[in-house]
Amino acid sequence: MPTAMEIYKLLPKTNCGECKFPTCLAFAMQLANQKVALDACPHVSPEAKAALEESGAPPIRLVSFGSGDLAVKMGDETQLFRHDKTFYNPTVLGLVADDADGLDAMKAKIEEAHAMSFERVGQIMRVDSVALRHSTGSVDDFVEAVKTAAGRELPVVIMCDDAGLAAKAADACSDRKPLLYRATASNFDAMVAVAKEKSLPLVVGASTLEELTELADKAKKAGLNDLVLEPGTESLADMLVKMTAIRRAAVKNKFRPLGFPTIAILGPDMMNHMKAAMGVMKYSSALLMDDMPREMVYPLLALRQNIFTDPQVPIQVKAGLYSVGEPTDKSPVMFTTNFSLTYFTVRADIEKSKIPAWMLVVDTEGQSVMTAFAAGKLTPESVAKSIDDFQVKEKSSRNEIIIPGMVSRMSGKLAELTDMKVTVGPRESSGLPKMMKTLSS
Amino acid sequence: MGFEMPTEKYSGRIKEVAIGATKDQGGTRTARLIAGGSNGLPFLPFESEMPHPPLVAMDVVDTVRMVPEQLQESMGAAVKDPVEWAKKCEGEWGADLCVLKLQSANPEEEDRPAEELEALVQKTLQSTGIPMVVYGCGFEEKDAKVMEKVSNAAKGERLFLGLAEEKAYKSIAAASMANGHGIVAFSNLDINLAKQMNILLLDFGMKPENILMDPLMAPLGMGLEYSYSNIERLRLGALSGDPVLQMPMICDCSCAWTVPEALEENPERGDPELRGVYWEAMTALAAAVAGADVVIMRHPRSVTTFRNSIKALAGGA
Ligand code: B12
Ligand code: SF4
Repeated sequence: MPTAMEIYKLLPKTNCGECKFPTCLAFAMQLANQKVALDACPHVSPEAKAALEESGAPPIRLVSFGSGDLAVKMGDETQLFRHDKTFYNPTVLGLVADDADGLDAMKAKIEEAHAMSFERVGQIMRVDSVALRHSTGSVDDFVEAVKTAAGRELPVVIMCDDAGLAAKAADACSDRKPLLYRATASNFDAMVAVAKEKSLPLVVGASTLEELTELADKAKKAGLNDLVLEPGTESLADMLVKMTAIRRAAVKNKFRPLGFPTIAILGPDMMNHMKAAMGVMKYSSALLMDDMPREMVYPLLALRQNIFTDPQVPIQVKAGLYSVGEPTDKSPVMFTTNFSLTYFTVRADIEKSKIPAWMLVVDTEGQSVMTAFAAGKLTPESVAKSIDDFQVKEKSSRNEIIIPGMVSRMSGKLAELTDMKVTVGPRESSGLPKMMKTLSS
Repeated sequence: MGFEMPTEKYSGRIKEVAIGATKDQGGTRTARLIAGGSNGLPFLPFESEMPHPPLVAMDVVDTVRMVPEQLQESMGAAVKDPVEWAKKCEGEWGADLCVLKLQSANPEEEDRPAEELEALVQKTLQSTGIPMVVYGCGFEEKDAKVMEKVSNAAKGERLFLGLAEEKAYKSIAAASMANGHGIVAFSNLDINLAKQMNILLLDFGMKPENILMDPLMAPLGMGLEYSYSNIERLRLGALSGDPVLQMPMICDCSCAWTVPEALEENPERGDPELRGVYWEAMTALAAAVAGADVVIMRHPRSVTTFRNSIKALAGGA
């Protein structure tokens, strides 16, 4: 965002007051603080407006593709390091289906991508998109596959260098806002024309950053705003260096031609899977992968979830008394913390026992059992208070509470404060099913 | 608008720390390794040097109690015998160094006497040639005894002894200073604590070139994001010129095997062992990208995968 002085210089300086502020300067100050919109001044010139919009635009443009609930967003990042604030839009992961493998194989891959969705700590993590690539296969298969993909929910990437065919494929999924891949020096004008005519986001690719800058600038001048940059990322080293350079240029230097999301295409082996992990950590907005074995996808999605959580706020659940299964007043009661990872781990383990239970979730500001205990955020007092607040004794007549093994040290004090029988559970909740079977009913 | 490479120059440099000693240097190791030395963020050769890409250590745990069952199966019979395990790390699995974790010293479990552990360290040194790091069991009193014996028995080998903690570092620091060994300074995911730990050791009389920092690597899915950012911040602090943060970092990524998700049976998530391999390799890559100078790993396949990545990053291959 430009400063108040920078804005003031571009205003008419007539102090006419129509913006409801006494002076242009007062208005500029409000605008710099994002308290008002520029539209409130009816007298700004179009040139000033354009200049202000440009300098107020985020360092990396937000570009989206796909439609409906599963549409994805890329870019709009403002940081080099997540600890400085946070990373916002998780790297989009897409599975590539190539027409060299034939239509059936492509259809199978479309289904495979759709099936790759997992629940983890209460969030859905999934493969976000399908990319259809025209290489050596039949053009008809390619277009047919695009149609098939468009009939499903995941956002689609159209991968082909031939602008005419890209246009045809785009028509086959026109209401789905696909991402077009890609314009290079050799097909530039034609591909840009297609993206423009159909108002679609476009990948611009080049093997050097100089050339990429040039092409992106040219595409912008041709009137395209929704660009995605593909620097050549042959090796892992190349990928880290180029992605870092683009992010720094955009965020630190406000270098507009590179102020767009980035994408990398990854081949089918373990080295490429490590490249994917690198891309998630170091600045790739999207990764399209030739294969995604499940053994790799799950950890990769977990890595993405980790890297893109807000460093200030752990993923957490609401404190309260939760039921697992259909507990009665005879069912066992146990407590844990409101850190999502802890809550969902413990919950899954209780479920494995097939014994209904009450789960008291104590507010520890989203910290794990050990962390909260060490930090003094999980104390006999705070547990006793939760027992009161959430009326545990009214729900269960056992007058017994099972506590995590790691905090066995609080049992005496907790018993004293609550008049309940305190039973120390296993250190790892994986031991709960076994322990719960031994409880008297 | 021409493109210009946006470079960063830092005033600080990570210290070079030597691990292990060869015959000429008073030990019996076949090589002396150097950790650290870089003057920028990892693997960005257009602006900084990284003379020593991250070293790969493999851990050896002296009791199978601490090794998940599936791993025991896939890593073979060697994991039942620490000396054999260490030999495998050096030979077949190609580790740069070995971290011997004396968990059997645990007074609440096996409670193996210090003499036996001393003998174990000696035998491991005789059977291998790679530099070694030796960790105790985390119980202060017992570790004090064990480390003193280990230090004497391995005089001249330039081991690194661990873990020195804020509330328990004097006996281990004394043990390591007595015979020219180094120390691993543990801190808990906090840049100020890491700094504090180094200051304590320096005040105690340790030399900076004898310290490696362990800022606690939390595994993927279990706090990796905290460690990733903590390591980045430590590295940036060191590069911006804080001498007390310029010790190389050692990150124990074998913690990946403690994450239930890494190994649990779940057909939707594919073969558990291979998933675990990715789990550990990605944890290690995160550590290295953030700034680790030494990573500790366990599974031979994740070691290969990680090593190939480092080669590709450092050599540009
Ligand atoms: C990530 C992490 C952090 C993160 C916080 C993450 C979070 N949102 O909680 C941060 C960086 C903020 C942090 C900070 C600290 N941490 Co911390 N942290 C960890 C780490 C690496 C992982 C914790 C985790 O996520 N565990 C996973 C969850 C699922 O575990 P859990 O909640 O304990 O649940 C398990 C069991 O308790 C049990 N269980 C849970 N509920 C129940 C219920 C019942 C009925 C039963 C039977 C069992 C059960 O089953 C679960 C699954 O096994 C651990 C080390 C490690 N590898 O474990 C250290 C650790 C927990 N931290 C520790 C410490 C000391 C701290 C600090 C005090 C240090 C400091 N820097 O000042 C601070 C405190 C924070 C503060 N001042 O506000 C110590 C605790 C030492 C101790 N023995 O008390 C640990 C063990 C590290 C260590 N080895 O020193 N930490
Ligand atoms: S409306 Fe525009 S010109 Fe009038 S005072 Fe406000 S900012 Fe100035």
